[in-house]
Amino acid sequence: MTPELGHYALVLALGLALVQAIVPMWGARVRDVSLMNVAVPTALAQFVFVAVAFAALTACYVASDFSVANVVENSHSTMPLIYKFTSVWGNHEGSMLLWVLILTFFGALVAGVGTNLPPSLKANVLAVQSWIAAAFFLFILLTSNPFLRLAEAPLEGRDLNPILQDIGLAVHPPMLYLGYVGFSITFSFAAAALIDGRIEPAWARWVRPWTLAAWMFLTAGVAMGSYWAYYELGWGGWWFWDPVENASFMPWLAGTALLHSALVMEKRDALKVWTILLAVLAFSLSLIGTFLVRSGVLTSVHSFANDPARGVFILAILVFFVGGGLALFAWRAPMLKQGGLFAPISREGALVLNNLFLTTACATVFIGTLYPLALEALTGEKISVGAPFFNATFGPLMLPLLIAVPFGPLLAWKRGDVLGVAQRLTAAFTIGLIGIAATFAFEGGKPVLAPFAVGLALFVMAGALTDLAERTGLFRVAPGTVLKRAAGLPRSAWGTAFAHFGLGVTLLGIIGETGWSAEKIMTMKPGDVVALRHYELTFEGLVPREGPNYRELTAKFTVRRGGDILGVLEPAKRSFATRGTTTTEAALMTRGVSQLYLSLGDQGPDGSIAIRLYHKPLVLLIWLGAVVMVAGAALSLSDRRLRVGAPKPARGRTALQPAE
Amino acid sequence: MTRKQRRLALIGSGLAVLAVAAALVLSALKDSIVFFNSPSDVVEKNVQPGARIRLGGLVQPGSLVRGDNLSVRFEVTDGNRAVPVAYTGILPDLFREGQGVVAEGALDSAGLFRADTVLAKHDETYMPKEVADALKKQGHWVGDYEKKTSAAPQGRAQ
Repeated sequence: MTPELGHYALVLALGLALVQAIVPMWGARVRDVSLMNVAVPTALAQFVFVAVAFAALTACYVASDFSVANVVENSHSTMPLIYKFTSVWGNHEGSMLLWVLILTFFGALVAGVGTNLPPSLKANVLAVQSWIAAAFFLFILLTSNPFLRLAEAPLEGRDLNPILQDIGLAVHPPMLYLGYVGFSITFSFAAAALIDGRIEPAWARWVRPWTLAAWMFLTAGVAMGSYWAYYELGWGGWWFWDPVENASFMPWLAGTALLHSALVMEKRDALKVWTILLAVLAFSLSLIGTFLVRSGVLTSVHSFANDPARGVFILAILVFFVGGGLALFAWRAPMLKQGGLFAPISREGALVLNNLFLTTACATVFIGTLYPLALEALTGEKISVGAPFFNATFGPLMLPLLIAVPFGPLLAWKRGDVLGVAQRLTAAFTIGLIGIAATFAFEGGKPVLAPFAVGLALFVMAGALTDLAERTGLFRVAPGTVLKRAAGLPRSAWGTAFAHFGLGVTLLGIIGETGWSAEKIMTMKPGDVVALRHYELTFEGLVPREGPNYRELTAKFTVRRGGDILGVLEPAKRSFATRGTTTTEAALMTRGVSQLYLSLGDQGPDGSIAIRLYHKPLVLLIWLGAVVMVAGAALSLSDRRLRVGAPKPARGRTALQPAE
Repeated sequence: MTRKQRRLALIGSGLAVLAVAAALVLSALKDSIVFFNSPSDVVEKNVQPGARIRLGGLVQPGSLVRGDNLSVRFEVTDGNRAVPVAYTGILPDLFREGQGVVAEGALDSAGLFRADTVLAKHDETYMPKEVADALKKQGHWVGDYEKKTSAAPQGRAQ
């Protein structure tokens, strides 16, 4: 009964989506308010029905209802409850259901809080949003029905892929989808503006918070995915330039560009057409990401069952929305009014530079990711484009951008003064130079570029702080005044500083990990000692253990430094009987922001075991930097000026007078 | 600066960045891409020793020999030809005899493939797509790899 209920709710949602895709848009055309207003209840109801469907599937998983094919293939009655919840989206069908859940949630949010939107804009936005929803409902119902029943229910399920039995599955996909799908809203806004043929002031006020929110979730999702791969796959790598990773990285790059160009549009009413194009591109790249991951074109942990019909269907969705979006852009964009003049050296100019480099870098990632697919389709030749390609293209393009980051926020709008800004950045330069000198002194000149990269990372971080110091008058005025100014600073200014600071932190982590990682791969017998950097690890022996749905062989290692025991590392090999697979559970020891990373290889016949031991200096900074960026985005989002649905800018608030 | 000059400056700098990016991409594509070959390709295309390639196929059952210090040797086959592979390090969790594998490295002058990376499948149901295609081409495709998920789940007979 429950699965049928879910299926039925999904069909109803499709019906509502079709109504919402057509009626409000027609209403906006003939200027009929009652037709336009149809979108609000349908958007809310769509969300309710999808939520019912999602809850139904979740109920099937929690109850281990093995009459449902999807549950049989991805669950097991002995699996811990948390994984029963997460395996709802740990498979193709369920993850698409999560996708539409978030899509309709955002649609309902626009319908619910967008009371101050001009009616025709709102109607068009919700209609476009509903086109997307309808396409994905059809996709789910026609090719990936999660509620499919089996004629004969087996007694036990086939278990979730063991790699996915991790808390990472609870966080990574929802975050990533919130980001991907968040860009659907900016896409809908862009499409609505193009259909309307004009950009209302409300447009900019709305697009920036949505971009910011989508960017925030995407940053968290990508970072979480990277950390998950790092500790779960057992190779100690945190980024492989794998096509699937690139699929999430491209929307991030485009989204970052959109975030910055939306700023120019909001503040200076310039770059309107460019912002619209970026909004279309960011969501297009999200769809391409979905296509790459879900169609089975690529083989990876992310591709579940390969069914050609699904690939073709998603490709059709992709072509429709990307092609439609770009065609609409080409047709209507020339009619939009350009505005806002600025000198090349100005805050706007710096943001244009930012966009130029980000989009170009995004294009190189795009080429590296899709070139092998295109080549195979055209010539049948199979190639792989790996890290060397991206290091040689993406790296050099990021360099000038990173150098420019501290300059941007310090430049004035309209007309800036680079020399003046450079002067104000003297302290940041000095910190960078000290960083270079100190790295040379302590670590020597190896690897050659690393000290300079450390200097650059410190410069970016110090530059972000300089912006705050300048705005609050730190070291120039009395401490009390500084505090007062700091409290009065708009949250978006704090957000910018946080995000840029986080970028520097991540950069520092990347340099530390790639420049100074040490690694040992060897076989050990009980009693053997391995030394790496300052650490000594003694292999104490192997202990078998029993988990809820697996058996594991744990190796116990005592870690010492200069004779003091620091702790115990217990990496393990888990074997899952149902799927007959083994996973490697790496053990991590965190020292400051550096980590010792130990994972196991094969067991020898003589009781020895292969180990892989890494010391990764500063590695945690990679993800801590992302956390700081996310915090920056959250701060910026809480800025009253950007609050979604805030009726008007809070002009009266700073000048709160007794009269109120 | 007039509006026109500003626009020209903007377009000029945009083109400059694009040109630099295009140069980077082209040079990187020349140097850093790796071709995929099946064991038959290695023989037929006469892959030169020292050229970096990806070699994919099935691990020949019974060919896996473990040496000292984590060195291993095994053969990769597509049913028609087999290429011996030497690798030092930890093999992936899903590396099995008779299953799909992709090794990256180069042939030495003796015809031994020295791999520095060995990739296996991510999941027991799927094999690397390149390997599946190579096997299909050689006519040794077993057939039901893709259908396994939709086939009768295990445990039904219990």
